[in-house]
Amino acid sequence: MRAPAPAYVANDGVIDTVTGVLGAALLHSLDAVGEVALHVERTSLVETMTLLRDTPGLEYQQLMEIAGVDYPDRGQDRFEVVYCLLSLTRNHRIRVHVQTDDEKPVPSVTGIWPVAGWLEREVYDMYGVLFSGNADLRRILTDYGFRGHPQRKDFPLTGYVELRYSEEAKRVVYEPVKLAQDFRSFDFMSPWEGAEYILPGDEKAKIPEQKGAPTPLTADAIVKADAAKSPVAGATEVKTSENTTQTGAGKAGPK
Amino acid sequence: MTDYLDQIDRKTDAESPEVGDVAIQNYTINFGPQHPAAHGVLRLVMELDGEIVERVDPHIGLLHRGTEKLIEYKTYMQALPYFDRLDYCSPLCMEHSFVLAIEKLLDLEVPTRAQYLRVFFAELTRISNHMLNLGSHVMDVGAMTPNLWMFEIREDCMNFFERASGARMHGAYFRPGGVHQDVPLKLLADIADWLDNRLPRLFEDAISLVADNRIFKQRNVDIATVSRDDAIKWGFSGPMIRGSGIAWDLRKAQPYDVYAKMDFEVPVGTRGDCYDRFMVRVEEVRQSARIMKQCLNEMPDGPIASLDRKVVPPKRAEMKRSMEALIHHFKLYTEGFHVPAGDVYVATESPKGEFGVYLVADGTNKPYRCKIRPTAFSHLQAMDFMAKGHMLADTTAILGAMDIVFGECDR
Repeated sequence: MRAPAPAYVANDGVIDTVTGVLGAALLHSLDAVGEVALHVERTSLVETMTLLRDTPGLEYQQLMEIAGVDYPDRGQDRFEVVYCLLSLTRNHRIRVHVQTDDEKPVPSVTGIWPVAGWLEREVYDMYGVLFSGNADLRRILTDYGFRGHPQRKDFPLTGYVELRYSEEAKRVVYEPVKLAQDFRSFDFMSPWEGAEYILPGDEKAKIPEQKGAPTPLTADAIVKADAAKSPVAGATEVKTSENTTQTGAGKAGPK
Repeated sequence: MTDYLDQIDRKTDAESPEVGDVAIQNYTINFGPQHPAAHGVLRLVMELDGEIVERVDPHIGLLHRGTEKLIEYKTYMQALPYFDRLDYCSPLCMEHSFVLAIEKLLDLEVPTRAQYLRVFFAELTRISNHMLNLGSHVMDVGAMTPNLWMFEIREDCMNFFERASGARMHGAYFRPGGVHQDVPLKLLADIADWLDNRLPRLFEDAISLVADNRIFKQRNVDIATVSRDDAIKWGFSGPMIRGSGIAWDLRKAQPYDVYAKMDFEVPVGTRGDCYDRFMVRVEEVRQSARIMKQCLNEMPDGPIASLDRKVVPPKRAEMKRSMEALIHHFKLYTEGFHVPAGDVYVATESPKGEFGVYLVADGTNKPYRCKIRPTAFSHLQAMDFMAKGHMLADTTAILGAMDIVFGECDR
């Protein structure tokens, strides 16, 4: 690795050890960008974590972080909960991923690491993922009485309500969010690299080409065409105007 | 008075427990959210038995700004300044984790001078952060003077940041691939002079007022003792885990940038109380000064950012003369660079502990998910068991020794 990122003990053999210890609970594992990620069965998470902490040769004593990620395109089990573990004795880091949706609860690991209490509360607050066994699953970062789960991909960046201090009511009031200008979503994706929308003007390419203007005739062809035409009927009459009604002029002014 | 003495004469608790004692109920008070010793907007719902703390329920999130959500809508470069605003007492150390995470995903090489500059300014940030924390800690327990002197040092640090990046606090100085611009030689000379003369004089003077002070020790020694096992279980890091006697420093254990070349000591506490945490930070300031001096001695010349033009924009002067540079400049400041799909968890030793960034990239120019691991989250959560059984006035000492900043805690 050329980047000056934190260097810890190499990942060699970690996946083999973990596969041996966890058995069927390990769905699949990945060693990418210098980090080991284990995707494990949700229902047996507590046993998995206890094994990862207590097995000699693994010894992941500290739970540093629980992160939620939302993949709405996955269909079922859209949420991923990521546990970042650290081994102080072996100086190694590992990630444990479980998948769930907004109904199936993830077993809480507060029995193994009390620090998980707030971390799980945050994932619940931000994504609505439930944790079974967490005795204190309240919201943590959002406002008292907040509705919705703001880190979900379908939650708008602006939110739904805004608050202000109302001089009339002498308290803070909540109102539906009003934007002073339209929400600007900049898209800098290059149109050459598979943009999913149609650039203005490009929609014309889809319509079949219409017949354009006729090609101008040559002078020769015009003379021939004129010669071929028969004289128009009535063209012999000389057109004259005898009085003002024929010219379309108005009445003469008052004398 | 004589009446009262007659009344309780020869009566002991053993024969009549009611005498002299008044049965009281526990009551609940609010500490904060607007309290100078709460270090920001912390609301502690405390259950007190007289003056003894029975239970603490910290309510956080009053400074929640949705940083992680905002970052998902910004390019990687635009997301960088949000990190300054997390822990606004140590802004450059916040950026450090983010740029290292991006570089890890890109597998981008960073020139040596840039790595030295980053370590140098990260350590200056550490000094600046500890000046605020040590100063406010001693003020929370009743001493005024050291705080004023340490704010002088902090002011010096701010001036140095301004000369390097143009901003006193929110520098946006570390960039993916290096740093934003080179520092003038005079600045390095001035910092070297400051490290030799002004910093030790002011700092040692200020610390000499409190380190052996009887009142200060009474307020801190044996307050909120945390055992090694508890420190591990509660996910402590930084000075909090070192105060409990575990020599764990990410700069030593998992060195990033040029920390592997740096020669410094990791101070540890012996009892795990507030005094130990305070003294660990005091020693870290001295070690940071040592690292900075070593950086000044060894810093090579050379480029200050990667020369990969697909990530690092060219300088303005170059842009005026080269068409290619102009195109790169335009593309990088509008579309930004694309980061290959993958996810990483990168943690660095910020002045407050392990500050981590879990970054999920999906191959576009914006992060798919950027989870920030604040140091304060795990420390503040332990407030309940740390404060249990202590006096109400000790909570300020416990909070001060935790070093919590809500910009980072609430995000």
